[in-house]
Amino acid sequence: MIINHPLLGPRDAQEFTYLGDASLINRPDWTADDAGHQFYEYQYLRDNPAGEHRELWFHEQGDRSWLVVTRDTRTHIITNVELAPEFARKAGRSK
Amino acid sequence: MRYSGFRIIKEALTGHKGWEKAWRNPEPKPDYDFIVIGGGGHGLATAYYLAKEFGQSRIAVLEKGWIGGGNVGRNTTIVRSNYMLDGNEPFYEFSLKLWEGLEQDFNYNAMISQRGIINLYHSDPQRDAFTRRANAMLLNGADAELLNAAQLQKMCPFLDFDNARFPIKGGLLQRRGGTVRHDAVAWGYARGADLRGVDIIQNCEVTGFRITNGRVEGVETTRGYIGAKKIGCAVAGSSGRLMAGAGMRLPIESHVLQAFVSEGLKPVIPGVITFGAGHFYVSQSDKGGLVFGGDIDGYNTYAQRGNLPVVEDVCEGGMAIMPMIGRARLLRMWGGLMDMSMDGSPIIDKTPVDGLFFNGGWCYGGFKATPASGWCFAHLLATDKPHETATAYRFDRFEKGLMIDEKGVGAQPNLH
Ligand SMILES: Cc1cc2nc3c(=O)[nH]c(=O)nc-3n(C[C@H](O)[C@H](O)[C@H](O)COP(=O)(O)OP(=O)(O)OC[C@H]3O[C@@H](n4cnc5c(N)ncnc54)[C@H](O)[C@@H]3O)c2cc1C
Repeated sequence: MIINHPLLGPRDAQEFTYLGDASLINRPDWTADDAGHQFYEYQYLRDNPAGEHRELWFHEQGDRSWLVVTRDTRTHIITNVELAPEFARKAGRSK
Repeated sequence: MRYSGFRIIKEALTGHKGWEKAWRNPEPKPDYDFIVIGGGGHGLATAYYLAKEFGQSRIAVLEKGWIGGGNVGRNTTIVRSNYMLDGNEPFYEFSLKLWEGLEQDFNYNAMISQRGIINLYHSDPQRDAFTRRANAMLLNGADAELLNAAQLQKMCPFLDFDNARFPIKGGLLQRRGGTVRHDAVAWGYARGADLRGVDIIQNCEVTGFRITNGRVEGVETTRGYIGAKKIGCAVAGSSGRLMAGAGMRLPIESHVLQAFVSEGLKPVIPGVITFGAGHFYVSQSDKGGLVFGGDIDGYNTYAQRGNLPVVEDVCEGGMAIMPMIGRARLLRMWGGLMDMSMDGSPIIDKTPVDGLFFNGGWCYGGFKATPASGWCFAHLLATDKPHETATAYRFDRFEKGLMIDEKGVGAQPNLH
């Protein structure tokens, strides 16, 4: 697989390590009453879809940036690549 | 029809005209007492034991393709019980004991071959860790032997003992481990279940559940609606997709694992050998091909094929322990879908929906578990209680912090 890095252009997926579903960006509020349960769902449960999947890749052998890659899990075709901080800010995070 | 040596001679003398189909091809009935979804090893074994050990009837297995087309026919056929943790080892040892009697039990030649499995160690701390594992195995009634380099050299002279980076210092040997003809396991269980009245329905994909007031009533399939009192799901790599239809999110990600077979060679490898400093394992099939594999590719996927970086990694692992493997040519490779769980251990449990039960999270090691998984799932379906060796395989272990993490890598499925 080739990942089209927003800053560096097309790079071999071998340069990256894979973390998982991009929902891992959305850490629950640790002060909530049910924080324990929320963190359980955050840490352990996954949608695991057959189809479009947004996921976190780390450019470990490159510029060490975190990317959000949109990829179809049935075909491995990548349709979008964003820098994770930009993705998070768009979703309302401050940093 | 019972299979026996006598039968083969009789058929040979009468032109092989008396063989019957090994199982029927029935139309689905409108409803059953038990539906098992997934005609892989685990689903078929579940149906077999439900009928044979738990005296149940009106059972169907629904398979979206053909039986044996999933992981049960794609794996590298290794069986063993060399786990360490309490929640696991009694279960896998139960499974190995069932393997030992399986061919007589279901009257089918599954070519069970206890040729032994050796996990290599490459350092003193790794030897100590393997000693601890061996002791845990012995405490659970399994067999285990620690070999030093000299003992290992006698069994496997071809290993690269003096490798500069990862010298081979010895190995953990389980003599009762070995290999089994994987397709024959599916076929043997299918035939055994069919003989006891189980309907095995192929080309029948479950597309959803009918759930009323928190209770499951049946399944929607590509061959129409089928009702059932109890439904067990055993679809391995498709677990996430199927259970989403019941409104569940699972502690599971789907990944791909690849396997490789070389051209046929004369016998060179005595049993199963695994590398201790990387992920590589190899055995030799009865036809002579070297059967080997290594890590999963490491990203979510439902495509039953992998990519080249892992091919390279696996081959490097092979070269590191037995350079002679570089002379063999690769004939075939393929991939299968892994239901990778968050702690690397499986789940056999009820779900929040009444009457709906789940079996999955087998990662890349569920073939060896087939007999015990079927037995324990049948136990749960028939009695509503977990089998004594499967009490730890619960959904709520993640929320309660009772993970069974053999590798100790945490909630990162691609590292298990
Ligand atoms: C390359 C590879 C090597 C492996 N090596 C080993 C090994 O050496 N030792 C070991 O112990 N394990 C090994 N495994 C793991 C092992 O094969 C699996 O854990 C195990 O086979 C999974 O259980 P199963 O046999 O029931 O799965 P499967 O055979 O995959 O059965 C699941 C079935 O469910 C069906 N299905 C899916 N969705 C639906 C639906 N909606 N409706 C109806 N049916 C459906 C599928 O078609 C499939 O037939 C390996 C796996 C792979 C891929």
